[in-house]
Amino acid sequence: MSFSPSQEAIELLDNLLPSGAQQRRRIYERVVQTVLMCTSFITVIVLFAVAGSLVPPTIDFFQEVSFGEFFGRTEWYPLFEPPAYGIWALMSATFLVMTIAIIVAVPGGLAAAFFLNQYASDRVRRYLKPTLEILAGMPTVVFGFFAVNFVSPNIVQKLWPFGEVDFYNALSAGLVVGIMILPMMTTLAEDAMNSIPKALIEGAYALGPTKREVCTGVIFPSALSGIIASIVISLSRAIGETTIVLLAAGASAKFTLNPAESVQTLASFIGFAGIGDQETDSTGYRTIFAVGTFLFIITFILNIISIRVVRRFREVYE
Amino acid sequence: MSIILDPSVSLTSTVDGKRRRKDMLFLALLWFGILLAVVTLVVLLVDTFLTGRSRLNWEFLSGHTSPFAEDAGVQSAIFGSLWVVLPAGISSLLIAIGTAAYLEEFTKPESKVQAFINLTIQTLAGVPSIVYGILGLAFVARGPLDWGFTVRTASVVLAMMILPVMIVASREAIRAVPSSYREGAFALGCSRWQCVRQQVLPAAVPGIATGSILGVSRALGESAPLIMLGALAYVSSNPTGFGDYYTVLPLSIYKYATEADSEFQYAAAGAIIVLLAMLLVLNFTAIVIRDRSRKSL
Amino acid sequence: MNETTTPTAQSLIASSLSKGDGNIPGVNSGRAAQIVMEARDLSVYYGDFLAVRQATFSIARNEITAFIGPSGCGKSTILRSLNRMNDLIHSARVVGTVLYRGIDLYGPLADPGEVRRRIGMVFQKPNPFPKSIYDNVAFGPRVNEKFTKSELDGVVEDSLRKAALWDEVKDRLKASAFSLSGGQQQRLCIARALAVNPDVLLMDEPCSALDPIATGRIEDLMREIKSEYPIVIVTHNMQQAARVSDMTAFFSVESTGDTNRPTGMLVEYDRTVDMFSHPHDERTLSYVSGRMG
Repeated sequence: MSFSPSQEAIELLDNLLPSGAQQRRRIYERVVQTVLMCTSFITVIVLFAVAGSLVPPTIDFFQEVSFGEFFGRTEWYPLFEPPAYGIWALMSATFLVMTIAIIVAVPGGLAAAFFLNQYASDRVRRYLKPTLEILAGMPTVVFGFFAVNFVSPNIVQKLWPFGEVDFYNALSAGLVVGIMILPMMTTLAEDAMNSIPKALIEGAYALGPTKREVCTGVIFPSALSGIIASIVISLSRAIGETTIVLLAAGASAKFTLNPAESVQTLASFIGFAGIGDQETDSTGYRTIFAVGTFLFIITFILNIISIRVVRRFREVYE
Repeated sequence: MSIILDPSVSLTSTVDGKRRRKDMLFLALLWFGILLAVVTLVVLLVDTFLTGRSRLNWEFLSGHTSPFAEDAGVQSAIFGSLWVVLPAGISSLLIAIGTAAYLEEFTKPESKVQAFINLTIQTLAGVPSIVYGILGLAFVARGPLDWGFTVRTASVVLAMMILPVMIVASREAIRAVPSSYREGAFALGCSRWQCVRQQVLPAAVPGIATGSILGVSRALGESAPLIMLGALAYVSSNPTGFGDYYTVLPLSIYKYATEADSEFQYAAAGAIIVLLAMLLVLNFTAIVIRDRSRKSL
Repeated sequence: MNETTTPTAQSLIASSLSKGDGNIPGVNSGRAAQIVMEARDLSVYYGDFLAVRQATFSIARNEITAFIGPSGCGKSTILRSLNRMNDLIHSARVVGTVLYRGIDLYGPLADPGEVRRRIGMVFQKPNPFPKSIYDNVAFGPRVNEKFTKSELDGVVEDSLRKAALWDEVKDRLKASAFSLSGGQQQRLCIARALAVNPDVLLMDEPCSALDPIATGRIEDLMREIKSEYPIVIVTHNMQQAARVSDMTAFFSVESTGDTNRPTGMLVEYDRTVDMFSHPHDERTLSYVSGRMG
């Protein structure tokens, strides 16, 4: 929003002020505005820096490793001799952890959102909201510790019905990533439900259905694009999560969809390779950037999708 | 007698057994979703507290991070976190306020500048935090700035990472200032910047403070980018300047959690309790500020 | 909210009847036999604030009843308490009695869902669901009863015909309801309300968002269906009340001492012809003659 002073006010002041002061005041205003504008372009610089840090080493990387090797193989040993650069090992793990997380976060988050939106009394809401906020503000390293120290030994290893489970496994990591995303999914989905016009909900209740029928028959389809956007954002979060996966899923990069095994995702590879002090001028070091670029592109696409979907959702009701 | 009596009329529920069963099932599923979140949170807190309780003593708080379980402490991590996070929060906040003021007060909502910067902020907000670690590695720790694995490297990277959160919070706070404040200032002949500085920003302070505390909390709990920036180390002294080596609480938790000796689990849990206590203090401050400002309105 | 309990229907009906002394304004003996709903000393609170005070009136078959009055007089609030829509507002509280064919609407024998099914409602702004035209109309029948596909088709067609919309949409039933014009959307909402086969139709300023032509069509529609569905309409448009209604209730506002917030009240309730030609109350006279609000 911007306001401009009325013409009279400016003229009045122009007449009152001596012309030197007037001049100085104008210059001062100009300077301030320019400084603020430059400040707001720092975000743009940061984004360029992100891209700029990723792209050149990635180009170098692909001069040493062919696309065919990168996208055509399923073995990933970039830091060993002889190295192998098959991204599908990391992709399969990323997909696996993301899927487990989404299976937890989307139904759980939707359920919590429906509950808050239609069922919860004001009192229950008053307790539930802060609880979700605490969960949302929990540092990921705390979740990671919980995954490896509690979920893996006490739940996953005890209850997994299909044979042996590695101590570090994709399932523990995925479950806890899902719990980490759940509050955000809840908030976004409930925001979408809240932005359905109240008249629509009233119109539904006026026909005599039960709360469930209003939830599934009217609220869900009406908020669908908002809900889809929140799922997409959750996907992006799950894909980018590093610490939990690093702590709970271990570091064995392999092409598998078995949740009981130790795996390495795109993000956790970056963290893993970043711990070791790599020689800066090596293919191994550049692998970090190549994988980073890949991760950045995936999350960027997901973000754009969610922005688009949200925009369309707004257009329907405004 | 003013009413037709029609014995066939009834207003009792016609929801039959099948529908009612579906309703119950649906409600049960909703409760399951809620309980999943609530129970996990409770179990997490209780388990961590029970594990870490034995380390909650002065030796632990005053000891430095150490590769020997019995010596393991958190002092250098606490100070490291403060040295890294406070400058990150302050610098990010200043940039965020400038950006928010420019976007909200000096540009129009439908202008190209705003659309462009909005998209930039949305994109940055969606960048995984580990990617900021790559950025730090390429440009700050090594590359052009070549600051090494120091406090200032970590601080700059975290400042960039929380920038989108800070900007969004500041913009919302500025937007919430009633337009009558602005009109009042303009009516007195104030220039735009005078109006922003003297009217809008002071009125937006509580909102900006609350929102920026959330950003600082994120920086305080963040681990992923710093893994790549040398924080994953045992450091036996507090930083004394921005050029020093450092570790931070989340990373000492990480370090302790990955030690093979199970004694370290207690140290990890103890460090989590310290970290959560610091976050609690921060968020409590935010709540107090919010309530104060609500009362004064 | 879904409590259904044990007192026998007869005992409750009897007890509610014994309270009724037939002393309802605007009710003469011929009309009495046709009464479907009546409100006695109906007050609505929002928290501690009394929004409308002690309204008493009745609704009969074959009639359109209009609620008129200045804004803030509580006419919509009263309308919404006739099918328990106020239950959806946490702070709202209803005091007094609303009887529907002798059954207390707020009593233990009444289920809010069933009340709303029996007493349909059309809202100020057309509020179709973001679904197809067909699915909008079919929503109510689908949840409330079991229909085969062809039966459901029949109900949808029937409802759309009653709402005078069938001819305009029969070739595009699968199109989004948002593709319709405002007036068509409102008729769709009427069809949607009729599809659950209600006994009474409540309309909350149904034409306030429509142009005069669309308004005319809705008014025609109301006259056509009033023999089947008694209608209660809230309107801020006095000409509309005069054109379509048989009975009129005039609500006004009064400031009650301690608070600044005005409380609504029912001033006069009578046949529309009488209300507009020789009202008994001074306030009604000044309102209908355009001197106020």
